[in-house]
Amino acid sequence: MSKLHVTTTVNGDEVEYLCDPRETLLDCLRDKLNLTGAKEGCGTGDCGACSVTVDGRLVCSCLMLGVEAEGKQIETVEGIADGYVLHPLQKKFIEYAALQCGVCTPGILVAAKSLLEKNPDPTEEEARYWLAGNLCRCTGYDKIIRAVMDTAAELREAS
Amino acid sequence: MDYHSPASFAEASALAQNATGITRFLAGGTDVLVQLRSELVTPDTLIDIKKINGVHDITRNSDGSWTLGVAATGAEMSEHPELGHDWPGVVEAMDLIGSTQVQGRATLTGNLCNGSPAADSVPAMVAAGVTVTVTGPEGARDVAVENIPTGPGKTSLAKGEVISSVNIPARGENGGDAYLRFIPRTEMDIAVVGVGVNLRLDGDIITEARVSLGAVAPTVLLVEEAARAIIGTTLDDAALDALTAAASAACNPIDDKRGTIAFRTEVAGVLAKRTAKIAYARAKGEQA
Amino acid sequence: MALDHRKSIFNFVGTRPDRPDGLDKVTGRARFGADAYAPGMLHGAILRSPHAHARIVRIDTSKAEALKDVKAIVTRADFAVLPFKPGLEGEFWNVLENVMAGEKALYDGHAIAAVAATSALAARDALKLIEVEYEVLPHVTDVDNAMAADAPVIREGAADYSVPEGMHPNVVRYHESGHGDVEAGFAEADLVIEDSFVTEATHQGYIEPHACLASLGMDGKGELWCTTQGHWYAQKYCATLLGIETAQLRVTASEIGGGFGGKTTVFIEPVALALSRKANRPVKLVMNRSEVFRSTGPTSSASMDIKIGMKKDGTITAAQGIFRLQGGAFPGAPGDLTAMCAFAPYDLTNVRQVGYDVIANRPKQAAYRAPGAPMGAFAVESVLDELCNQLGLDPVDVRLKNAAAEGSKASYGPTYERIGLVETLEAAKAHPHYSAPLKPGQGRGISCGFWFNHGGETSVSLALSEDGSAQVMVGTPDIGGSRASMALMAAEVLGIPYENIRVTVADTASLGYNDVSHGSRVTYASGLATIKAANHAVEKLCERAAAKWGIPVDAVKWEDGCAVPSGPNAGDFDPLPLADITADMGATGGPISGHFEATPEGAGVSFGTHIVDAEVDSETGKTSIVRYTVIQDAGKAIHPTYVEGQYQGGAAQGIGWALNEEYIYGEDGRLQNSIFLDYRIPVASDLPMIDTVIVEVPNPGHPFGVRGVGETGIVPPLAAIANAVSNAAGVRMKQLPMSPPRILAALKEK
Repeated sequence: MSKLHVTTTVNGDEVEYLCDPRETLLDCLRDKLNLTGAKEGCGTGDCGACSVTVDGRLVCSCLMLGVEAEGKQIETVEGIADGYVLHPLQKKFIEYAALQCGVCTPGILVAAKSLLEKNPDPTEEEARYWLAGNLCRCTGYDKIIRAVMDTAAELREAS
Repeated sequence: MDYHSPASFAEASALAQNATGITRFLAGGTDVLVQLRSELVTPDTLIDIKKINGVHDITRNSDGSWTLGVAATGAEMSEHPELGHDWPGVVEAMDLIGSTQVQGRATLTGNLCNGSPAADSVPAMVAAGVTVTVTGPEGARDVAVENIPTGPGKTSLAKGEVISSVNIPARGENGGDAYLRFIPRTEMDIAVVGVGVNLRLDGDIITEARVSLGAVAPTVLLVEEAARAIIGTTLDDAALDALTAAASAACNPIDDKRGTIAFRTEVAGVLAKRTAKIAYARAKGEQA
Repeated sequence: MALDHRKSIFNFVGTRPDRPDGLDKVTGRARFGADAYAPGMLHGAILRSPHAHARIVRIDTSKAEALKDVKAIVTRADFAVLPFKPGLEGEFWNVLENVMAGEKALYDGHAIAAVAATSALAARDALKLIEVEYEVLPHVTDVDNAMAADAPVIREGAADYSVPEGMHPNVVRYHESGHGDVEAGFAEADLVIEDSFVTEATHQGYIEPHACLASLGMDGKGELWCTTQGHWYAQKYCATLLGIETAQLRVTASEIGGGFGGKTTVFIEPVALALSRKANRPVKLVMNRSEVFRSTGPTSSASMDIKIGMKKDGTITAAQGIFRLQGGAFPGAPGDLTAMCAFAPYDLTNVRQVGYDVIANRPKQAAYRAPGAPMGAFAVESVLDELCNQLGLDPVDVRLKNAAAEGSKASYGPTYERIGLVETLEAAKAHPHYSAPLKPGQGRGISCGFWFNHGGETSVSLALSEDGSAQVMVGTPDIGGSRASMALMAAEVLGIPYENIRVTVADTASLGYNDVSHGSRVTYASGLATIKAANHAVEKLCERAAAKWGIPVDAVKWEDGCAVPSGPNAGDFDPLPLADITADMGATGGPISGHFEATPEGAGVSFGTHIVDAEVDSETGKTSIVRYTVIQDAGKAIHPTYVEGQYQGGAAQGIGWALNEEYIYGEDGRLQNSIFLDYRIPVASDLPMIDTVIVEVPNPGHPFGVRGVGETGIVPPLAAIANAVSNAAGVRMKQLPMSPPRILAALKEK
């Protein structure tokens, strides 16, 4: 089976890989680029654990082919922190215990960051609907939503 | 599986025309990839149409009508400053599909071509009188949305045919549309019932109406009896009762994991009533 | 256990520091089951039965084997073939039969064969070339149907000694318990209500699918990395099923992406090891979501009959329950636990409970958070609510009137020690939620819930470093922040900062045996063992100080991280900090460590009371949860934030179970909803904030008073929500989930 060559940018780094056209972007991130932060929780776009942004747009990397990444700008959970400095969302998630097992956390952080970039002052309801595609089975979402809302407030004060 | 990314619809059509085995077009991929990964459908030929010029464009034409590229995503539709003002029902119906993440990829055309009777955007498009342009070996033709699906997972598109644009009519004066669906949760579900209503008023009187039902029959329905129930009325209680009855009477649903025949039939009437009220308020220029 | 070092005033316990695995988990660095890779690694995939019940006539793997990318194919013939374990019995046999079908496929999704190939795609492609000839057999998936006289027999001889004669062979275990005379009790009642209830099977729904990386050489030495709640269990079962010696298999637990009971057993791990042994290369095996739903541990479905008698003043005169649980094609449905828990919150003179374990053509049930208890509570607390409604009594008052307390004889036999049920009910009564006004269309429900909690075999090892820091090795995978709790307890004993302690979940080669992280046992049992191990190290620290000072060791006490002379020597020497003792420990007697191994028996039972407000759309039957409050006795909350998290998570899972989650089987016996799109767990927009009240009635069986908190939180929600929905809708809901079609149908029949 012939593989396709893809050049793309992940977290600011230009990378290349060869992929079967059936392989998803998630497969390529994890198995070819060793970026295992994004998780496969369902493979059907229902759980959001594989969330990344592509050219600034929040998507499920399990619902995009690796070959479609050609020439795109991809951001994953591994790129959220600025070097040694955690993103405010990352700090708040630890502070609020907004994670238990932590397997949904990478996707939720990517999605929440995308929310706050688009809507710096979300209502609780807006935050809950934005994150409805990110399943968490441990927390009941309470502490996640509190962490997101408090991060939003803190970022608004800082700006 | 062979992957192609043609530069034109003519090229896409020719690739499909000459392909053997199973062919799928790839826009947002939110159905195609699910079917691929679950090994329900493994295409022999996958034709990615996103590299064709203009497929992401959302354009208001000089006559007030709209032309949407076939890769315009739900997110792009929702973020458009004017489309949702003209056609809030169509935009909201698209926006109901899947998560924020799915909205970043999913398209009207994909939702239509997937052929699901429960597709959220389709009743809204049918109510709005949307057509699609189909490019094929013989050239291009316009087809009403209600004539595309022919059954669950099936469409009227012939081999080599590909939808190349979505055409939404001009909104015009005193019109309003709305779409509501029933799902057990608040998000992330497939519609158990969906209702699209589009209407126009003269004063308080409804002069034109289109009512469309989803998930209650093998294809999305355009229900003329339901429209007749409210045309010529002010959407008073008697009209709403008649609409409810007509919507329920039009249902020919199945019992499945998502709902029962009795439930779908009953709730189709309830939602028709609720949807019509929203469309009516919008036609009156009221916030709804 | 000896109750030495009992404490009630704490320096560290009860604070809320950041969790030690937080940074890794917010940066994507934490390594879960599927995040491991090995040189030369192959990818595995499993072929699964499309039939609910079928004899496997023939498996032809030749076409798949001919593919150049395929390196090994295994079937049942590749298990337990070596000389160590010629025949397997009991649960070993059940697990073997479940991980790879023998003569029959027993449910839709049952593993038939497995492939290891050079890529995941190649492995899946190869599965399509394996030909299996099935002789399809009659099947049954419903619990009541499985007990009916004409039900197909799933496995002859599966029933144990407990089953009375004359029952269908699909009834495999029977439990009966209670005390008093229920008939006399019913005769004393002013009102007796008898009703039947049904709950569907649900899945634990952890977001991380099962995943492992296995390597097993021809020398019988193996390595296994897997996502599990118990890697010693995985070690024992994998070794037995593969026919190797337990100690030759080293198992490392990855970070675990949720378990809730469903990762207390093995599924793919023995298969990956068998593939690795055959291919002579490491094999990674990862389930997809559909495999998780079709083939791993759902909970049991249940059919229940409840009869309760009550006097006008709210006194329960008698209670009886019959609980039939279907747990898939193998013994194990916790009908006994359902029966034992159902009436446990109440001090009853006359009580009788019967539990059935029934097999059917479904996947082997696995534990799910207080296994068996939520469904029984749903049935019993629904009848209590109906009694309160019909007698015009306040539901909290009635529960307080009948509440079990210290000295009460539990419905399941023992006499309670100090318990906190009354305190949770009093907190419920006093909570603003309980008296808040309701809007039209809304209803309020309350329910109590009980869970035993568990001790289990436990080993902990603690070692001090020269710089005065401490490492703690525990054997219970951290499923809810337990490393933070262990560090807090160790800090409390050692008197050194939380940050100076690192807690590691050790692999099976690095620590003695540990039971699985289940039964809400980790903070209790590993916590107790951590305290004991720290005490053990403190004894040695005191010995070193005594030697240095030249005084008897019993004249040295440990205070705030220092050895301090006491008794006649008090004040003779300056306090000697831990780090000063460890700095030269090599010269004063060698490394200082502590360890503890035991099976602690003092896990305190726990109770909770939940309050929920639900709103029902009378035209569509759709329910919204508008307010939710969890009140539960934690004994002592070591890290209160994580205790709250357990309460909230249990409530959220209960909301899903009550409203929308269910296994749906078609007439063909195939699972209809094996993806998250149709298996509807709550999403963020479905839920309100979930308020929590931590009640602390110390457990006398733990040095710091800890009771387990993980499971009790899922016991009351089904009933509390059913009561709220029934009160909102004006019709009693007796079947879960209370999906909109069921509620609308009930409203129509009202």
